[in-house]
Amino acid sequence: MEIVDQIFVIAKAGIVNWAEALFPDWTVVLISILIPIVAFTIFGPVTMMYLTWLERKLLGRIQNRYGPNRVGKFGLLQPIADGIKMFTKEDIVPEGADKIAHLLAPLLIVVPALLIFAVLPFGRNMIAIDLNIGLLFFLALSSTTTVFIFTAAWGSRNKFSLLGGMRSVAQMVSYEIPFVLSVVPVLLMVGSFSTVQIVEAQQNYHWFLFTPWGVVGFLIFFLCGVAEVNRTPFDLPEAESEIVAGFHTEYSGMKFALFYMAEFMNTFTISALVATVYLGGWQGPGFLPSWGWFLIKTYALIIVMMWFRGTFPRLRVDQLMGFAWKFLLPLSLLNIVIASLWYYLAAPMNYVLGTILLLMGIFLLYGINRPEIPKKRKYRYAYAD
Amino acid sequence: MIPLTHILIFTSILFSIGLYGALSRRHVVGILIAVELMLNAANINLVVFSRYTNTNPATGQIFAVIIIVLAAIAAAVGLAIVLSIYRNQKTIYSDEIDILKW
Amino acid sequence: MEIILAISKIGIYAIFGITILGAIFAVTLRNIFHAALGLVLALLGVAAVYFSMEAEFLGAIQILLYVGGIMTLIIFVVMLTSRIGDRTVPTSNHQRYPALVGILFLIAFLIRLVRETPWQLKAELSTIDAITIGKEFMGAYVLPFEITSLVLVVALIGAIVIARSDLKK
Repeated sequence: MEIVDQIFVIAKAGIVNWAEALFPDWTVVLISILIPIVAFTIFGPVTMMYLTWLERKLLGRIQNRYGPNRVGKFGLLQPIADGIKMFTKEDIVPEGADKIAHLLAPLLIVVPALLIFAVLPFGRNMIAIDLNIGLLFFLALSSTTTVFIFTAAWGSRNKFSLLGGMRSVAQMVSYEIPFVLSVVPVLLMVGSFSTVQIVEAQQNYHWFLFTPWGVVGFLIFFLCGVAEVNRTPFDLPEAESEIVAGFHTEYSGMKFALFYMAEFMNTFTISALVATVYLGGWQGPGFLPSWGWFLIKTYALIIVMMWFRGTFPRLRVDQLMGFAWKFLLPLSLLNIVIASLWYYLAAPMNYVLGTILLLMGIFLLYGINRPEIPKKRKYRYAYAD
Repeated sequence: MIPLTHILIFTSILFSIGLYGALSRRHVVGILIAVELMLNAANINLVVFSRYTNTNPATGQIFAVIIIVLAAIAAAVGLAIVLSIYRNQKTIYSDEIDILKW
Repeated sequence: MEIILAISKIGIYAIFGITILGAIFAVTLRNIFHAALGLVLALLGVAAVYFSMEAEFLGAIQILLYVGGIMTLIIFVVMLTSRIGDRTVPTSNHQRYPALVGILFLIAFLIRLVRETPWQLKAELSTIDAITIGKEFMGAYVLPFEITSLVLVVALIGAIVIARSDLKK
């Protein structure tokens, strides 16, 4: 079990040892830096390819059809066929587009999506760099996506693209605030930004999900994460039925594939971060290796996101902004206060008080924000009299 | 590592480029961009001084954080003014905004 | 190991070069949107400089606030106030050449100043982490912190009031 748990660490050590015997010592340092980089540049796109397959299969099941099942067993080769199709498609640049911005946006948007993998703890001792500001690094990099989406929207010189870009900026800036504030309680408890230390603070099933503030924080964090990666029900920037495809309307071929890749890699990393921060990361019963638990939790959250896509209708713009500013933001502020109360009170008392206060807060916010439902119309038929 | 003087030369060049932009741009947003460059150069200097010389090591970074926050404030208020001017005057070139000039 | 140190030194000088290149783009390009992208490059370069000086917290804050916040605002305003392909209007005023000459003198003066000052250097470079910064903020520097937050609130309200469109109603 120990060997299976540490298999990737042992493999890396093996390669480094082998290199030490053959090459001068300065190349060994370079090789040990290159190993995680190569691993992530392979892992990221492969994850993205099979996430598209998983999404199409699941959506197919939800909509009472089979999904891809022609290429390979269960359609497992479908992503590769799609990749070949994307590579061989014509790359169209619109007349009068801002050529530099149009080219740069899809290339740059993949960079933060790949860099984010560096701070995810995939298992015990399995992290590329244990930065002491890991969580902040994640938040900072995921906030840069906005600029590149906007560059794409501006560069295409298309009204639908620009509308999608404007929607995306408004949405991502709004959801950034509760997204950051909802991890503050965890930072208060752990006292560190390091993702490794956050996981280690949740040992012996003391997952942060099992506290009153943890439940609320988890829900806020997950919902804002869904909004950050522009997935249904928050997919206004690329709402097909309203603005064609939003910011990537004018993209085709490999450039479009890069946007798609960034979006799916962000889906994976956001789910992984939610699992790390609130669901105990790689902690779990010993019959599975640590990275197994991590992947199970991450994929469970990804499947919930796909389930959202299959069931929920899209929000209206005003509902979306109102939800972020009037509901999630005050609730995350209240959550910080309750987390600090919880920390200073004794064991049974803090759970009861925390739950009561949070429920009161949620009902109060719901009452303030309750939409005005028009009264039921009375229909009078001409033939009634 | 890198000598202190090299970093200071780098920041002074960065500051001067920002100053050139602030002096030569007509576009109001362009001026704002140049001001951000100057603030960044000053920020690096603060961090470098607290790292290399005999001061409290935290001071430089704390004031750098405060400067970043103030830069964000300046950008928010400045851009609100730009929007308001554009709405009323239909121009964003600094030499055409002259309603207070006689 | 010396080769690794040399490579990292070259890397830092390359970051300096990229930052200055981005800054030059930001102040000289005619298309203001491209200038904003140049500023993004310069700001990311500055963040990399912070990372190279082991000020990781500041580097992350730089990316989060500058690239995620301020740049988004600037690009948004560029989009609201100009049309795509505004290239015919001259974007610099007639102070351009005098400013350039003055700036060259300023650079020469600053470089001389930097080289001739006797710096009192520390024996060892100091590094601090995010926790120390937080404690200092709540301890010795609590007054600047509070004043900054007050200014932030005032600016927030002010920006909303200025940019509101239905002021006359």
